[in-house]
Amino acid sequence: MTSLIVRAATRLLVGLLLMFSIWMLLRGHNDPGGGFIGGLIGATGFILYAIAHGSKAAREALRLDPQTIAVSGLAVAFLAGLAGLIPGDAIFTGQWLFLGATEGDKGLPLSTILVFDLGVYLVVLGAVLTLVFALEEEI
Amino acid sequence: MADHGSNSRVLGGPAGWISILLPLSLFLWFLQFLPAIAAGEVLVWQIDWVPSLGVSLGILLDGLSLTFALLITGIGALVTLFSSSYLGGHIHYTRFVIYLLAFMTGMLGLVLSDNLLALFVFWEVTTVSSYLLIGFDADLAKARRDALQALLVTGIGGLAFLAGIVLIGIASGGFSIAAIEGSLADHPLYLPIFLLVVAGAFTKSAQVPFHFWLPNAMSAPTPVSAYLHSATMVKGGVYLLARLNPSLGGTDIWFWTLVVFGGVTAVFASVLAIRQTDIKQVLAYTTLMALGTLVMFIGVGSDYAIEAAMAFLMVHSFYKAALFLMIGIVDHGTGTRDATVLRGLGRAMPFTMLAAVLAALSMAGLPPMFGFVGKEFLYKAALGAPAMLWVTGCIFVASALMFAAGGIVAFRPFTGNLAKTPVTPHDGPWPMLVGPILLGLFGLAFGLMPDWAEPLVRPSTAAVLGRDAEVDLYLFKEVNAAFLLSLATFAVGFVIYLIHPLLRVGLARVPPLFDPGWNRGMDGVAAGTHGLTALIQTGRLRRYIFVTFMTLAFALGAAIWRADLTPEIPALEDLRVKHWAVLIFILAGALLTAFTNSRMTAVAALGVVGIGVALVFIIFGAPDVAITQLLVEVLQVVLVAVAMLKLPNLNPEYIRTIRGWDLALAVTLGVMTTVILLAVMTVPLDLRLTEFFEVTSVPEAFGRNIVNVILVDFRALDTFGEIAVIAVAGLGAYALLRGTRRPNP
Repeated sequence: MTSLIVRAATRLLVGLLLMFSIWMLLRGHNDPGGGFIGGLIGATGFILYAIAHGSKAAREALRLDPQTIAVSGLAVAFLAGLAGLIPGDAIFTGQWLFLGATEGDKGLPLSTILVFDLGVYLVVLGAVLTLVFALEEEI
Repeated sequence: MADHGSNSRVLGGPAGWISILLPLSLFLWFLQFLPAIAAGEVLVWQIDWVPSLGVSLGILLDGLSLTFALLITGIGALVTLFSSSYLGGHIHYTRFVIYLLAFMTGMLGLVLSDNLLALFVFWEVTTVSSYLLIGFDADLAKARRDALQALLVTGIGGLAFLAGIVLIGIASGGFSIAAIEGSLADHPLYLPIFLLVVAGAFTKSAQVPFHFWLPNAMSAPTPVSAYLHSATMVKGGVYLLARLNPSLGGTDIWFWTLVVFGGVTAVFASVLAIRQTDIKQVLAYTTLMALGTLVMFIGVGSDYAIEAAMAFLMVHSFYKAALFLMIGIVDHGTGTRDATVLRGLGRAMPFTMLAAVLAALSMAGLPPMFGFVGKEFLYKAALGAPAMLWVTGCIFVASALMFAAGGIVAFRPFTGNLAKTPVTPHDGPWPMLVGPILLGLFGLAFGLMPDWAEPLVRPSTAAVLGRDAEVDLYLFKEVNAAFLLSLATFAVGFVIYLIHPLLRVGLARVPPLFDPGWNRGMDGVAAGTHGLTALIQTGRLRRYIFVTFMTLAFALGAAIWRADLTPEIPALEDLRVKHWAVLIFILAGALLTAFTNSRMTAVAALGVVGIGVALVFIIFGAPDVAITQLLVEVLQVVLVAVAMLKLPNLNPEYIRTIRGWDLALAVTLGVMTTVILLAVMTVPLDLRLTEFFEVTSVPEAFGRNIVNVILVDFRALDTFGEIAVIAVAGLGAYALLRGTRRPNP
């Protein structure tokens, strides 16, 4: 598809979609969102790019192979789960760190849960893009 | 046969040395337990193996298992010594040794296991290694076919046996043989246990009608036949029946099944033995006769019968292994095994003849050999058995034919005028001669001094009976009915020997029944599989989806019918305008999907349905699910649309022919799903989990979005499994799409 409108709109939309996907990932713990939804939205951005500019250009924009992204997402999630073992808890037990916590303010919450969710994000993004790119290139 | 290449290495090189020394040292090791076992002790060791399943590596050493262990290791050492010369030059000799030692391990485990599940594992080890050994000459189609036949027959029997074991475990509360208390004869599960165990034992020990695999197993190299198919593996079934006799024996069905099938096998096999021209096949059928005899006498179950069976077990192992090895030397030294050709070898092969005559005298049951002792006790037990005429008749006919078979195999080839053979006859080298001569001498020694066998026969008889029994073996005591029967056996056997060429011609006219039957059965299975595959693997995606969803619909229908569910029709007046709007939206999309003739319209309309469902989620307060649904729906439409760009337009003619079917499927599945969902509504929802997550989500997991908290914290391991599936699915789809790529895209 070489429609000028699509290509011009894509330039704007892809960036927005990617930022939106990360926002969805980060807010997921308290509001609708999360790694799965974020990954799907991120994938939509690259698919849009692939439709407008071809999958070759989309692959270049992605820099990494989508398969690699999917597999490293799995590794990230697994490592986040392993981190639960360090303090002696069961595997996949969430570990939390509240940076700068004071009385009344819990500070900046950091957790292995977020890392795990990032792994989910990467797996979904990578797997969907693997499938879509392969389909587009095959057909 | 096999490979007769020269052997430059001494005793087959390192592989050969190991294969000889290992069984030999095990034999000596087992020998040290003889005094304790002979004194009536039963040794039990227990090592946990799979504690959660109740599988322990218990070792049970009593008279029965020690007898078998000594036979397995002792004959094993002689057979491996023989093989080092017979096959030592074979290119795959090391492989052969590995198979043989694997088999030996399996067989030892089988007879030593106290745990039935462990016993089964070893049972299967012998089945698999026997498959590998029968098919050792894998470039011969017949060897492959015979190996597969043996594997299937004994393997299917093994599965029946496994089922029997499970039932025994249920009935007796455990899998330890030593711990089975008393008889299971009065247990409600007795009949199925009995049938399954007997199916396993009869296939393994080649009883009619499962006997046909054993003569075919003679495709194996001769030492394998000597070891597996006479002395050890085929006795696995006999061992099993003997071992379980205290728990399962003593009933009418046990008696009649074993006595009738054992007797038929013994007579049937000894008649067929006379028919063969290949002396190795003659021996194969006499093995069947021995197995039938053993089964029959275990069935009889009296003190005498078990004593006779245990003595005959040793008798048979000695002479049969010796005769097979002898045939190996004859085959090796003349290049043929044809009974009609081999004559006058005595002068050229004196040592082989010595072994042959010693073993054959025992097989014929002539005094003063151990075989005579065995046969006398068989007669004595038969004359006192409940079905006296049948048992005695069977054993008489079989013994007389055995006498003749002994002459055919071991007398005729060595006497008369030397006939022309493919290879100039010569004796075998010493490693080949040691085994048969030693085993032949055993037959003589135990015959002259039957007391020597008592330390093994007494405790094994006790083990089979489950109580102590008086055992007194002797060569000759007085002229009694058994002795007179023996004399009659010799007379009849001698006559049969004289007229056996005529009998052979006559019997050869009877067409074989079982082996062609097996072939027809296998062809039937192949044809059935072919038909089934053609039916469900059409290569059309439509058909696959149709079959899958039709199955689902039927499964749902069966579930509804079985559970007797009554769906509750919800009150329509509760629906508000927005509900109606979404409903109409979804219905319109579904109808458009079903009735359009354009692929693209159908895909877009399906997307409408999906978005409608997402709206339902939003209305009922599940924003996460709604967002996911929406995204997946959009992605799906895009993906399918991409794929469809390249597909040809739908053919309206074709659509008309399939639309009825599709409509029926869609309506069926839709109705079933609806009924299930409505029925689910009638069950009160258990809210305990919901409440738990509502209470604990924020304090314990610091998150207000319960859905996401469950996904990434409470049930993170599940999620990890799911994303692993997603990753694999992506990679799999990639591989599939790339795999079908044309060479020049």
